[in-house]
Amino acid sequence: MRVLVLGISGAVARRVALRLWRDGHQVEGVDARGWPGAPPGIPVHRLDLVKRATEDLFRTRRPEVVIHQASVASQTASGEQRHRLNLGGTQAVFEHCVAHGVKHCLFVGRHTFYGAAPNAPLFHRESEPPKELSRNADLVDLVAADLYAGTQLWRFPELVTTVLRVCYTLGPSGRGTLGSFLRGPRVPTVLGHDPLFQFLHEDDATEAIVRTVEKRPRGVFNVAGPQPVPLSILIRRAGRHTLPLPAAMLGRLQGRLGLPALPPGAANHLMYPIVVDGAAFVRETGFQHAYDEVMTLEDFRRSQPLIARGSAWLPSWR
Amino acid sequence: MDEITARLAQLELPFDAFGVDPWGVSRRHLGVFYRSLEPFYRTYFRVRVEGIGNVPLRGRAMLVGNHSGGYAIDGAMTIASAFFEPAIPRVAQGMADRFISRLPFASTWAARCGQLPGLPEHAERLLREDRLLMVFPEGVRGTAKLYPERYSLVEFGTGFMRLALQTGTPIIPFGFLGGGAAIPSVVNSAWLGRMLGVPYVPLTPYGLPLPLPVQLELHYGEPMTFEGDGDEEDAVIRGHVEQVKARIASIIEARRHERWAVG
Repeated sequence: MRVLVLGISGAVARRVALRLWRDGHQVEGVDARGWPGAPPGIPVHRLDLVKRATEDLFRTRRPEVVIHQASVASQTASGEQRHRLNLGGTQAVFEHCVAHGVKHCLFVGRHTFYGAAPNAPLFHRESEPPKELSRNADLVDLVAADLYAGTQLWRFPELVTTVLRVCYTLGPSGRGTLGSFLRGPRVPTVLGHDPLFQFLHEDDATEAIVRTVEKRPRGVFNVAGPQPVPLSILIRRAGRHTLPLPAAMLGRLQGRLGLPALPPGAANHLMYPIVVDGAAFVRETGFQHAYDEVMTLEDFRRSQPLIARGSAWLPSWR
Repeated sequence: MDEITARLAQLELPFDAFGVDPWGVSRRHLGVFYRSLEPFYRTYFRVRVEGIGNVPLRGRAMLVGNHSGGYAIDGAMTIASAFFEPAIPRVAQGMADRFISRLPFASTWAARCGQLPGLPEHAERLLREDRLLMVFPEGVRGTAKLYPERYSLVEFGTGFMRLALQTGTPIIPFGFLGGGAAIPSVVNSAWLGRMLGVPYVPLTPYGLPLPLPVQLELHYGEPMTFEGDGDEEDAVIRGHVEQVKARIASIIEARRHERWAVG
C-alpha cells in the first residue's frame, strides 16, 4: 500500500514509518522538521501542511492510507500560527484525502482530549465530551482537531476515518510530552496531589497504529496501555526525584532551575488523572500491549539515564 | 509478621509489581490506613460487629447502611470491619463526597485507599470487577443528623438500587449504632464549613466535634437480592429501596434498647 505519514519526525511516527516500510509498503513522509538519517527508501518532504506543495503530494503520489500525526505545541509556535497549523492542517488533510481518493485516514490524537478535572470519572469512554478546555491552549487545538476529524465519519462515509486517542508514550527515544517532562533530575509535582498517569511503550503505540492501518476500523477509539501508575511512582521508577511544590509556586518555577517548562494550564494534569478505557479498540483490532508499566519505565530509565550523579547540585561550567 | 501485614498480603486485589491496582489503590497506603484505624476500631470505640458472615468473601456485593455520627467515623469503622473481621480481608470501597477530590492530600489518600469520588460510573465499574462497595444512601443529609435524631433514618437515594439491579449485586444491609452518641452534634455550622472547604462542621456541647469513647455497633443483616434490570419505573425502585430501609431500621430498633441508656 502507499502510505503517507504526516508529522513523520515524531518518535512514534518514525517507528510507524519504519515498521510499514519493512513490511513492504511504500512509505513517504511530511514534516517541517525533516528527518535526518531517514532510510533512503522513505522519502521525507520538508513541508508545511497547509501549503500547496502538500496537496501536490496527494495529487502525484495518490496515497491509499494517510496517517496524520502532525501537530505543534505551544512552546514551539504561538497563537495564530499554532492554530493555523493544528486545526487548519487537519482540515487541509481531510480535504486532500477526499479530493484525491484516499481510502483510510488515521488521525492520531491524544488521551488528554478528555481534560483533567476533579470528579471526572476514571476510565474515560469515547462517548464522553472534553472537559476543562479553557485553561490549556494546546488542548483547545487538540480537541478542535479531534472533534473535526470525527465529523468526517458522517461527512464523507466513503473515506474510512479513524480517530485514535492515544495515552502518553514513553520509551528509549525519551521524546514526547511525558518523556520531555521527565528529562531533568528533578520532576515537579503538585504538593498533596498524586494523579494516576497512563502511558504506553513507544513500540506498543507503533503496534497500535500499524494494527489500525491493517484492520481499518471506522470510528473513535481510545488507545490505552497497561494499567496507570501514580505520578510519584512513575517519577521514581524513571530514575528521577520528585519535587513537590505548592500549585502557586509551580507556575513561577516551571522552566527555571532545570525544571521542565509546562504549557499554560498544565498544573491540572499534575493534580487530576486522565485515564482512558481502551476496551473498544482492543475489541476492534485485537491490540495487546507487549510492555507492561514496569518494563516500560525500566526501558526509559536505561536509555535515558541522568548525565552524572550529583550534576544536579553542582553548577555546570560549560 | 503482624496481623495487618498478613491481612494485606491476603487481599485479593489485582496489585501490580508496584503494589498498586488499576484504580490507584495502593497496598502501602492501605497498610498505613488500617494501622491508623486499628486503635480506634479495637480500643477507643471497641466496635462490636455481628453478622460478618453475611459479607461474601469474594465477588461483588454492596454494603448498604445508615449514617451514624457527624462525619466519617461510621464509614471508617465499616471499612475496618471488612478488613479485620472476615476470614479473607476485603477492601470496602466507599463513594467519597465530591468535595474531597479538590482537597490536596485528602484526595490522594482517599484514592490510594480505594475511596473514589462518588460517581455512578465508578460504582458500576467497581461492581463489574467484583469488588465490595460501601453505600450510605442517606448521603450528606444522613451525617447531618443531630443527637436527638441519632436513631432515625432520613430519605434514601435510589441510585444504589438501580445499580444493584443492573449489575446483579446482592445488597448486605447493615445498621450502625453509637456514632450519634460518640459525636453528639447539637448544631452544624455551615459558616465554619465554608472556611474549611467542607459542607459543614458539626459542633458538640463541648465545642469541637472530637469523638467520645462510646462503644460502636455494626450489625450486618442477611443479603437481599431483587429481581429486575434497573430500568424499572421509579415507583418500583422506590418500593425496593423502602424494603432495604425497613430492614436497616429494624436492625437499629432491635439494638437501640439494649444499649446503655446514654448511647
